[in-house]
Amino acid sequence: MKKKLLSLALVSAMTASLFVGCGDAAKSADGNDQATEEAAGELTWKIGGIGPTTGGAAQYGTGVMNAIQIAVDEVNADGGINGYQIAFNFQDDEADAQKSVNAYNTLKDWGMQILEGTVTSGACTAVSAETYNDRIFQITPSASSTDVTTGHDNSFQICFSDPNQGTVSADYIADNGLAAKIGIIYDSSDTYSSGVYQNFATETQAKGLEIVATEAFTSDSKTDFTTQLQKCKDAGAELLFLPFYYTEAAIVLTQANQMDYAPIFFGVDGLDGILSVENFDVSLAEGVYLLTPFAADAEDEATQSFVSKYEEQFGGIPNQFAADAYDGVYIIKEAIESANLTPEASNEEICEALISAIQSVNYNGLTGENMTWNAAGEVSKDPKAVVIQNGAYVSVQ
Amino acid sequence: MGFLTYLINGLSLGSVYAIIALGYTMVYGIAKMLNFAHGDVIMIGAYVTFIGMSSSGIPAVPAIVISIIVCTALGMLIEKVAYSPLRKATNLAVLITAIGVSYFLQNIALLLFGSNPVSFTSVVKWQGLSLAGGQLKITGNAIVTIISCLIIMVCLMWFVKHTKPGQAMRAVSEDRDAATLMGINVNATISLTFAIGSGLAAVAGALLCSSYPSLTPYTGSMPGIKAFTAAVFGGIGSIPGALLGGLLLGIIEILAKAYISSQLADAIVFAVLIIVLLVKPTGILGKQIKEKV
Repeated sequence: MKKKLLSLALVSAMTASLFVGCGDAAKSADGNDQATEEAAGELTWKIGGIGPTTGGAAQYGTGVMNAIQIAVDEVNADGGINGYQIAFNFQDDEADAQKSVNAYNTLKDWGMQILEGTVTSGACTAVSAETYNDRIFQITPSASSTDVTTGHDNSFQICFSDPNQGTVSADYIADNGLAAKIGIIYDSSDTYSSGVYQNFATETQAKGLEIVATEAFTSDSKTDFTTQLQKCKDAGAELLFLPFYYTEAAIVLTQANQMDYAPIFFGVDGLDGILSVENFDVSLAEGVYLLTPFAADAEDEATQSFVSKYEEQFGGIPNQFAADAYDGVYIIKEAIESANLTPEASNEEICEALISAIQSVNYNGLTGENMTWNAAGEVSKDPKAVVIQNGAYVSVQ
Repeated sequence: MGFLTYLINGLSLGSVYAIIALGYTMVYGIAKMLNFAHGDVIMIGAYVTFIGMSSSGIPAVPAIVISIIVCTALGMLIEKVAYSPLRKATNLAVLITAIGVSYFLQNIALLLFGSNPVSFTSVVKWQGLSLAGGQLKITGNAIVTIISCLIIMVCLMWFVKHTKPGQAMRAVSEDRDAATLMGINVNATISLTFAIGSGLAAVAGALLCSSYPSLTPYTGSMPGIKAFTAAVFGGIGSIPGALLGGLLLGIIEILAKAYISSQLADAIVFAVLIIVLLVKPTGILGKQIKEKV
């Protein structure tokens, strides 16, 4: 009986996995159909994309895929790049490094000339090693780790790199005169958090802001922040800089509220998501600043048009990763135009030409003004901050 | 004033450690095993309380009572299924099983509740005291936690000293074979120990998540390890030792964060532990038991 049960369970598990496979295959087949349809014409630019459209990080990848599609359609309707249409093919990697490399190989077989991806840092680090060897130009909308660009001259980022966020946060606070006395709480066991913190600390000194308290926690003790908050309060910090993820930030806000401590809270992109923590009292996040390159409610025409197109075609409000991806297509376009390339060029020629061309591009997009790139692949753009009001992001000038 | 605030925060954190440490120390004292799944029973307890309060909308106290019942049943079930067949096996086998149960519970919780954190609504609605013109603020959570810890401790000491099942527990703890010869049902006694320990875990879960309001399937593991440390610190197997160890660990942790460095707090806590164990290997209140060959 036991054996029977076990075999039944195994059979059902295997059948289930078969169905999962089917779903994926159907999806990527659809994507391919679309791509071949577009590619059926004459010579085209073949731009590939990789990101998770299934699995835990699916909302990031799906957003990026949809946004690139919108931008590609716009560019094609407008006459393409240097007179050639774009064919776009997006592959799922489930945010897994190995699957990402497989997806990259699929795209290479398809004839990809330029890669816009991948979406997540871990997978992107693996793929950028491949594109570096194959000399394929790569620009990632959202992989913020410096590992992606370090040592890979062909890899560029549209989002701020992790340490860069610290610098721009300090600039933002100083330039807008948010506060003079600053307290910091950071996760000393996390490279993202300590990287942001170190650059933030250096930049605040350069900007003449005073850091009155620097407190840390580790992944082993990330539930009790009362002591760190008390020390910041006693030191008279008017603004608390919180360079870590929304899970811990939700606790910090709750505990600060319990002890009647209400400084200005300022976070970086890790705070994006705090409003969707289940059962979290959103009113506690009222007035929290966070550095995100994109606010869907922004009044400018470009954002409005992008958001309405996105809602119309795919439903839902696009997130910052989608906006980065949308910008990415136009950045590639601008770089190709300034390098005066045609799709006849080999991948290597395109890659070398774009590496130098992108460094002279100055682009105003949804996710920042005056975007420029250095040889290391990092972007420089004016930071945008949003403040949480009535449970929603509102952009601040 | 700052010092008093830190001290009270330390007592509150220490009280949670102490309640969790009780679960470790009782099971160790009686079954001579380290139940590493204890931290995860706390997490399950917190989820049950959370679901009771936020989804079903029942008040805090009945929600905790339901959670105690669920955890007690869960604790007895784990003991029956995973540990009881290994009663005669080596300590190492039981230890590995306990780690296995711990991962099992975490993954079950991941399946049932997902990995996204939920924000726990405090079971204590009272805002707390504001003394010395607002200089000293004691949260309701801290007061309730400290008082619950003391009540639980007194009840448990009385239970172990003055009741029949309590005496059976002490007998099993001292010499299992002799207790069997005296007509004590060892299996039932061990089962009872797990039931009490797991019931306390439900209370600990609700208190832990009220003070530190983020609940994920991994919530129990770190406090579990800290509480285990507290149990060793105070002398594993000793109930007053768990209280003393828990409170000291909480206070040292908070004061180290406040006055030395928040970066080094954990290192300091464990350095103190090492020093104590070097001086007194059985922990502060631990008894030296001679191994009989």
